[in-house]
Amino acid sequence: MIAIVDYGVGNLASVRKAFAAVGARAELVARPAELRDANAIVLPGVGNFGHCSREFHGRGFAPALHAARDRGVPILGICVGMQLLFDGSEEDAGEPGLGFYRGSVVKLTGVPRVPQIGWNAVRRTGDHPWLRDVADGDHFYFVHSYAAEPSEDVVRGTVDYGGERVAIVGSDGLLGVQFHPEKSGANGLRLLRAFATADVPVAASR
Amino acid sequence: MLTKRIIPCLDVKDGRVVKGVRFAGLRDAGDPVELATRYDREGADELVFLDITASAEQRRTVVDLASRVADVLFIPFTVGGGISSADLAGEILRVGADKVAVNSAAVRDPALISTIANRYGSQATVLSIDARRVDGHWEVVIDGGRAAAGRDAVEWAREAVARGAGEILLNSIDRDGTKLGFELELTTAIADAVSVPVIASGGASSAQDYVDLFRRTNADAGLAASIFHYGELTVGGVKDSLAAAGIAVRPPERALA
Repeated sequence: MIAIVDYGVGNLASVRKAFAAVGARAELVARPAELRDANAIVLPGVGNFGHCSREFHGRGFAPALHAARDRGVPILGICVGMQLLFDGSEEDAGEPGLGFYRGSVVKLTGVPRVPQIGWNAVRRTGDHPWLRDVADGDHFYFVHSYAAEPSEDVVRGTVDYGGERVAIVGSDGLLGVQFHPEKSGANGLRLLRAFATADVPVAASR
Repeated sequence: MLTKRIIPCLDVKDGRVVKGVRFAGLRDAGDPVELATRYDREGADELVFLDITASAEQRRTVVDLASRVADVLFIPFTVGGGISSADLAGEILRVGADKVAVNSAAVRDPALISTIANRYGSQATVLSIDARRVDGHWEVVIDGGRAAAGRDAVEWAREAVARGAGEILLNSIDRDGTKLGFELELTTAIADAVSVPVIASGGASSAQDYVDLFRRTNADAGLAASIFHYGELTVGGVKDSLAAAGIAVRPPERALA
């Protein structure tokens, strides 16, 4: 079962329905303990980083996500869920992320419109098993006012919006996308399908 | 590069598409979900559903519509039309809509914008403005264009963004249904006054109208209804013309397979 972390934030129904469209069963999980049974975990999130961080930590999800990461359970962060993989965001300094990746999340500057809303091409800058069906230049749907700035080598894709911005970060068993794959048509569904069929390490399956 | 968005709009009443639709090959031309699927295949970047059901049933039909669309479509969509409470907005967003558009109710009670934005985020909060030219400025009209709101459209757009609106859907009442092209002056006045994206609406009748819109204004998207329904224009045809004019659009996607 793919668990969609339900911490009261985000367009959760869309994510569940998108997995259903590629033949994968995903369920909303509102209690951290239930993440123990997950074969894969999706961390969604929209809107304000501080609000997401407070709800996420307030409901006690952080230890469950760290435990899942230690077990090697595949984790996909979407939009603010991707930003939560980092230490924190300048949107709400002091509100912590998960700290899976070193770095911060910074305001989009030097562009006429913030947020960036719409379809933009993603440049592939690195490999990842769940990006196997994503071609260089594929368009995805973005809605964001902030973008990640990793201080380690995890960038797997970028997007041009007033300069090169981070669109995808990833490493073994973990991927974060700034765009919304559940709203990016066939390109997004392909990514979700690849994630849904990710190999789960033996240690993670119970 | 961020692409310009082409957005078909569907007017829906009691769960059915209102304006006539002349598509060959649709099993049920009045079914908004089937029409939406057709637009998705043509390359629509986003969809807007305006629900004009004026009955006690509206709450149920509009939520049901949003849910059915989200079951089969995986591009962003906005639901508007008579949304007068943050609770109803929340129900629509919870079943899979990405944004809700508020119009007359927000003019009557501007706090509605802040409430929806605070609860569900600015990215989900669209202010729809109907405007017409009066005495050298643009005034806001409400209730489907019937009543003057006594507000200046530029000033109202600025206030709405300050209150948390994340996008402006701007409809020219003067151009609506005229096929005279988008109202470029109005679009410029609003698009240059706010920092959030602006969707222009009203008057489009040709691909050239879209080229003019994106060449001559800072609009981020162009919306149209009947020209797409009647098959006078296709989304793909508009995008071909834009691409030929050097304007970035999302190319046709590879089939899922």
